[in-house]
Order: sequence, then structure tokens, then C-alpha cells
Amino acid sequence: MTVAEEAEKYGLHRVGARPSLVDYLKQTWSRREFIYELAKARVQSQNDRNRLGMLWEVLKPTFNALMYGFIFGILQGGAKGPDFPVYVVIGVFLFEFFTSSMTGGAKSITGNTALVQSLAFPRLALPVAQVTQGILTLMPMLLVMFIYAMILGTTPKWTWFVIIPLVLLFSVFNMGIALICARITVHVRDFTNILPLIGRVLFFTSGVLFSVDRILNQWPWMVTAFDYHPLYQTLQIARAMIMDNAVYEPRAWWVVGIWAFATLVFGLVYFWKAEERYGRAD
Amino acid sequence: MRINFDDLINPELHPEYEPERIFSDDTSFIDVVSPDEVTNSNLSIDPNRQPVVIVDNLHVKYRVYSSGKAVGAAGARRLLQSNMRGVRTVHALKGISFVAYENESIGVIGSNGSGKSTLLKAITGLTPPASGSVYARSRPSLLGVGAALIPGLSGDKNITLGGLALGYSRQEVEEMREEIIKFAELEEFIDLPMRTYSSGMSARLKFAIAASKQHDILIIDEALAVGDAKFKKRSEAKIREIRENAGTIFNVSHSMNSIKETCNRCIWIEKGVQKMDGDTDTVIKAYQAHLKKK
Repeated sequence: MTVAEEAEKYGLHRVGARPSLVDYLKQTWSRREFIYELAKARVQSQNDRNRLGMLWEVLKPTFNALMYGFIFGILQGGAKGPDFPVYVVIGVFLFEFFTSSMTGGAKSITGNTALVQSLAFPRLALPVAQVTQGILTLMPMLLVMFIYAMILGTTPKWTWFVIIPLVLLFSVFNMGIALICARITVHVRDFTNILPLIGRVLFFTSGVLFSVDRILNQWPWMVTAFDYHPLYQTLQIARAMIMDNAVYEPRAWWVVGIWAFATLVFGLVYFWKAEERYGRAD
Repeated sequence: MRINFDDLINPELHPEYEPERIFSDDTSFIDVVSPDEVTNSNLSIDPNRQPVVIVDNLHVKYRVYSSGKAVGAAGARRLLQSNMRGVRTVHALKGISFVAYENESIGVIGSNGSGKSTLLKAITGLTPPASGSVYARSRPSLLGVGAALIPGLSGDKNITLGGLALGYSRQEVEEMREEIIKFAELEEFIDLPMRTYSSGMSARLKFAIAASKQHDILIIDEALAVGDAKFKKRSEAKIREIRENAGTIFNVSHSMNSIKETCNRCIWIEKGVQKMDGDTDTVIKAYQAHLKKK
């Protein structure tokens, strides 16, 4: 009898062995209270030593929107669409959630080495907590975003509530991105160095600050490519739902939905495959 | 005349001390033993007792540059250089085998760099074995929760967070809360952020949270007791209590007294080779005799 068989007989299992995907998800689900508490605790402690505290979570994107809106407003001159300030506010505020999920997700394993090495729990909990933290931060931001929209002259309407399912889909997409980035960083730490650059490139190429139809109309193929851009399409739906005179193609829901679930499934499997690897000293 | 510094050290005064050797010029233990040279101790499981951890012919290797830098950290060089010059393999554990049974508490001793911590990391599943494997009834855990706590939060919220991190439900945390606060002696300060605590206070809180858990297989690495003399006494008592409730304990310590006090079995590792496994007093005696001889 081999040792493995003998061990099996006494009900012992190989230490650190990766569970099946279904068991893995079940284990993560049973840790949901921990995930939520960790996310909440981090949000609370994030700014506790700043005088303005949590207010910064709203002030930072506000300043960003002001700065980018001002610069790109001047640069684009007559090419900017109607209600440009609201257009920029929606773009900047929602994009912030994507950036925080991506950079936070990338550091969720490597930045918590001590935690990973001392306690046994499915490591999936860490990137999930990171995105949960992003969602918790997003909520007051959305509220402020609607207030800005009203200040800037947008009339409130029932379609504003469509932002809820949209944010859910967006969270699914961001979750997938966070999982992929988390594992890449574990293999190649250098990834965190180029991540801010990737974030900025995406920021400037996702139509956060300009309307693709107006700016890129000389290159029709590019406009077509943006029809399948998950971030741009998310922003376009949000704008159509919030702004007075923005339109979107209903097809965008399919684009966003398929991207979201494909990214999540790929991210989950990709992250789970390396479960035994996390926390190891290399 | 060449002075041998080892002769200047009185082993009776410093029985546990040996200079760190992993990255010194002494390479005698690097790859000198090929895996097949090591005698595979044949595992035999006592059918009358319930085994909890089986370590089967465990080998662990680290790859390091001769500069001492870990291979993994020098990613660029690994990318750019196909033939890895100057890479050495440190064979940190060379065939460790033993069976730990229920209610045993096992001390692991050996000089610095002998592979004690590597063994414990391999038992928790954090270091991959080069060959051989570790089987356990449940995932062995380290006594410690510090990494899960957030300094900016109050002690009270940290108890919730730490408890959930250890795998308790919210309700169970509520039930334990009073006891944890009382044990940590933090009744008046529990609403203050943890970063305002003195180091003793936060150590007490961390210990109290971690010690609230019932462990099936517990690993204690050189951190038997924290705090002032009074708390140290109580934490030692608490550890004894955990030990009685826990299935199995592994204890790494440089203090032979603490090993003698807490362990009923002892494994001695020297340069990655399992030298001895048996009754605590016998093994410690042999180990100390070995230190004197050097």
C-alpha cells in the first residue's frame, strides 16, 4: 500500500491541494461575511487619517472631472457633444471604479502576503473583497454623480434607475479583470509597474472624455471597433440613461453582458488554476 | 594563526546559536546529498492511533543565485538569460518522514538554517515540495491572526474582522467577543483604533483573537508568549489549554525549556536531514551533546 492510499484510509488529504472549481466557489461563498467585513473595514480605514476622511472618495473624481473636462473641453472646441460636463462626469466617475478594481485586484494577493501565508481560506476572497470595496466606494460616488448631473441641468428621470443593473454588469466585468490581474502579478511582479500606464491608456481610449462618433468619424472602422468596446459601451449606456439627449444602441447591453460574463468565467478559471501557487515563497 | 570563531562561543551559554550559513561560503550542504543517497525511512503507521499528519519523504529545494538573491525575484534576468549561470539549488529538506498522531505535541529543533521553518511552511502547504508530500486531516494553521487586522480600526471591529478571518460566523464572533476583550485586558480601550495601542496591547489583542480558535492542527513558530510577565504566564496557560483541545501541535522554538515544557515528542533536523525523532528529553540531550561536540 502506498502512503497516499494509507493516508486516504485515515481520512487525510494532501495539504494545499487545489479543490475542484465547484468546491472552491462553495468555500468562497461560505466566507462571504469575511469578504464583506474586510471590504467594509478597508473602506472605513482608507481615509481615517485625512481631515476630510471619506469625502476624498468623492473629491478625487470631482477634481479629475474638473481638470479633464476643462482641458479636453478647450482642446475639442466645437467637436465636443452637447452637455459635455455631464458627459465627462459620468465617464470619469464610472471609470474610476474600473481603475480601482484593476490596480487593487493586481495587488490583492501580492499586497497581502502575510495574510495569505498565515490563514487558510480560498484566495479568491481577496480579489472579491477588493472589488466589493470598489462597489462600496462607488455607491456614494453615484449619488454625487446624480447630484452633479442635476446641478448641470439634467432633469431627473426614471431611467436613472437603470444604472443599478448596469453597475452590476460592470462589477462582473471588473471582477474578471481583477482576478486576471491578481494572478499575473503573482507570476510577474513587474506588472504593477506598467499597470498605471495601462490604466491611463484605457482611460484615454475608452471615450471617457470624447464622443467617438464625433472625434473618429474620419476612420469608420475605428468607430465600428468601439461598438464592441466593453468600457465605452458601458459608459454609453450610462450616458443614455442619465443625460437628456444622449442615445445608445440597445445592442450595447449584449456587448457589455457578453464581455462581463466571458471575462468573469475566464478570470475565475485562470485564478483558480494557480490557487496552490499563492503565498508561496519563490 | 587562524582563529576559529566557533571556539570562542561557549555552547553551554549559547546552546541554540549557530551562525547563519545558508548564504555563507560554506556550501558543504548545498546539493551534497542527492535524493537517492538519503535513506528513505519507511513510514509505519501505528494502527492503534489516529494519524493526523503524515509527512512522506519530503524534499524541499530552493533555487538561489550565488549572490543570495532568490531566482524568482530576478525576473528580468530569468527572461533575458536562458542558461542560468550562478544558480544554486539549496536542498533545504532532504527526505523528512514522520507520522504525527492525535493529541501529540511535537517540538522541532535544530540549528539556524537547518530547515525547521521550511518544514513548518511545507506542512502548512505554503512551500511546494520538490518531491514527497504532506497529508493532513485538515489544513494546518499557524497561530496568528495579526495579518488580517487593520490598524486604523477599533479593537472591537478588529475582533469581528479577525474572527471572521479565522472562519467563524458573525454570531460565533459575538459570543466570543466578551471573552476576547477580557482576556486581552482591553476593556477600556476596545473602542480606540488599534494603531493607538502600545505594542503590548496589540500583541495581547492579536493573541486573544488567535487563541480563541480551536485548532485541529496548530503550528507555533517561536512565538509562544507575548506581553509582560503577567500576561506571558496567562498566555502560556492559554496555549496549554489550546494544546489540550487541539488535535496536534507543532512547536518550533530556540528555547529548549519551552520545548521541554510543552512537547511530548521531538524531531531534530540538522542541515535538512532528520537526525532524530523521539521522546523530548532524549532528543534534546542528543542535540545538546552534538552542539558541545562542535
